[in-house]
Amino acid sequence: MRETPVTPVQVTGTVLTTRQVDAYHALTVVAPGIVERFRPGHFVGVAVGGPHTSMLTRRAFSIHDVKPDYGGTVEFVFAVNGPGTAWLAGRRARDTLDLVGPLGRPFPLPRDPVNCVMVGGEYGSAMLFAVADALQQRGCRVDFVLGAASADRVFGAMRARRMGESTTLTTEDGSLGMRGRVTDVLPGVIADVRADVVYACGPMETLRGVTAVAVEFDIPVQVAVEERMACGIGVCMTCVLPVIGDDGVTRMVRSCVEGPVFRGERVRFDDVGTIPFDALGAPGGGSRNVG
Amino acid sequence: MSVDMRTYLGHVELANPVVTAAGCAGSGAELAQFFDLGRIGALTTRSITMAPRAGRPTPRMAETPSGLLNAVGLQGPGVDAFLARELPWLAQRNIRTVVSIGGGTVAEYTALARRLNDAPGVTAVEVNLSCPNIEDRGRVFARDGAASAEVIASVRAVMRYDVPVVAKLSPDTADIVTVARACVDGGADALSMINNPLGMSIDTETMLPSLAAGTGGLSGPAVRPLAVRCVWQVRAALPTVPIIGMGGVLTGRDAFEFILAGACAVAVGTALFNDPYACLRILRELEELVAARGYTRLADVIGLAHRPPGATTRHRTDFEESSL
Repeated sequence: MRETPVTPVQVTGTVLTTRQVDAYHALTVVAPGIVERFRPGHFVGVAVGGPHTSMLTRRAFSIHDVKPDYGGTVEFVFAVNGPGTAWLAGRRARDTLDLVGPLGRPFPLPRDPVNCVMVGGEYGSAMLFAVADALQQRGCRVDFVLGAASADRVFGAMRARRMGESTTLTTEDGSLGMRGRVTDVLPGVIADVRADVVYACGPMETLRGVTAVAVEFDIPVQVAVEERMACGIGVCMTCVLPVIGDDGVTRMVRSCVEGPVFRGERVRFDDVGTIPFDALGAPGGGSRNVG
Repeated sequence: MSVDMRTYLGHVELANPVVTAAGCAGSGAELAQFFDLGRIGALTTRSITMAPRAGRPTPRMAETPSGLLNAVGLQGPGVDAFLARELPWLAQRNIRTVVSIGGGTVAEYTALARRLNDAPGVTAVEVNLSCPNIEDRGRVFARDGAASAEVIASVRAVMRYDVPVVAKLSPDTADIVTVARACVDGGADALSMINNPLGMSIDTETMLPSLAAGTGGLSGPAVRPLAVRCVWQVRAALPTVPIIGMGGVLTGRDAFEFILAGACAVAVGTALFNDPYACLRILRELEELVAARGYTRLADVIGLAHRPPGATTRHRTDFEESSL
C-alpha cells in the first residue's frame, strides 16, 4: 500500500507568480525536477532569508499544485507566522527560491473506485486537491469538508465546490458554512456519502478529531501531519511523533521521511509532544520492548 | 592547480578534510540520496548508545539568530540495530565512517567500544563526552578532565589499535585545554571540538521555554568564534594532536578558518539541515581558497595562523631551493 519514496532534488527556482488568498499567501515557483517526481502528499523544503541569512532551517510546505508550464511549476500555500514566512511573503515574480523536493511519503491511493471524504483544516486543505484529482482519475467519488476559525482562513472553498460531489464548510465563528468544527459535520458526511476512506490534513487537533470519527465508522483514515521541521530530509530528528508500527511497537518516527502521511489510527495524537512511556527507547524501561 | 587535500586522523588517511558532524547526517542513507558519500572525508554517525533511545519530547528545535537550539536527546536505534543495519550499509559502500558513541557510565562506553571492535567499516571512534554521567549526579563527562580521561582510557584500552579514538570536547568547561590534555594523556589519538554549548530561548507568545527540554545545544554560525577559539587554544597547547574542528561551518571560508586555527579536518553539521549538498560545496570552496593562496597541499596550511606576526609563510618550494 505504501508508495516507495522518490529521490528528492535541490532546485534554485524562479518565482512565477505570487498571490494572496484571503489570510494566506501562495507562491508559484518554476522548479523543474520536482514536478516530474511529484505525487499528491509530497512537500518541499524552502530556504528562507536569502544567501547570507541568519535563518538556518528550511521551511516545509506541502505542495498545493504542480503544472507542466515553463518546464514545471510548483505552488505552495502558507500563512505568515514568523520572520521566515514574512520573508517568503515578500517575494516577487522573478526572485529566486532554493527548494528541495519532493519530500516525504505521498498519500497511498486505493486501487478500486471508492467514496473518499477529503477533510482540510485551515490551509491544510491546499494539499488535498492534488489527491482529489488523482482519486477522481481513478473513478473515486470525492466529497470535501473544509473548516477553519473564520471565513478568510478556509482555503480552497471554491475549488472544492467545483471538484467535489458535495462540499461542507465549517467556521468556528459561523462566518462561512456551518458554525463549528469539521469534526462536528464529518460523521454526517461520512454517513451520507457512505464513505470508504477519509483523507485529512490540518492542525494536529483537527487530525486527532478526524481520526476519532473515522475510527468510530471503522473506515481507514490517511492523515498528513504538519509537524515543525528543520531539514525536511530526515537528518535533524526534530519532527518526530509517536506512531505505532506494524509490529505494534510505538516509535518516535520522523514525520518528514516516515510521513507526513500516516494511517490516522497509528498516530498517538494524545501523546504528541511527549515520549510515551511504552515507546521504543523511552526513558525508564521502553527499551525492554527490544528483541 | 589542484590541491592535495589528503589529511590524517592519527595514522588514518582521509581523502579530504570535510566530514559530517555527529548527529547531523542521520544514518547516512538520507544524504546519500543527494550525493555520493564516498566523496567526503568521512561520515560521522549519530551518537550510538547501548539501548535504543526515543530521545526528548518535541519541540526539540528552535531557530535563533544565526543558530539553532536543539535538544534531540540522542534518539537512536541502539548499538544492536546500528551494527545490524546502519553500519553494514555504510561499509558496503566503502564510506569512511567515524562512529560516535555515547553512554552514561564508563562501563557503557567500554561495552560500546567492545561491540564496535569486531565490526568492519569503523574508520575511527568518536567519544561523545557531553553525556550526563549517571555515577556523578548527572554531571557531564566533558566538564571534567579526569572523568573524560577515564572514559577515553577505557575505550582506548579495548578498541583495536588501528582504530583511532577521538575525544569530542565541549566548550562548557572551565578550561578546554586542561580537558584536552587529560584526554590525550588518557590515550586519545585525536580531538574533535566543539560540541554544542548549552543555550536557551523562551517563546514570548507562550511565555515558556521554546524547547520541551528547556535548554538545548546551540549550533550554527552563532558559535563559530567560540569554536575557533577552542581549536586555536588546544592547537597552541598540543600542536601534535590532530583536531577535527567544527561549529557553524557554512562555507569553504569558514572551514579554512578552522584549518588555519589548527584543525586538520572540519566537520559540517547545521549547514546540512539547510543545504544537503553543503559538504561538497564547502570542500570545493576550501580547495579553491587554498589554491588561491598559492598552496598545493592542505597539510601546508594547517595551523598557519599560529605563525608569528610578520613571519613569511613557508611554501614547499622553499625546501626545494635549499642548498642542503
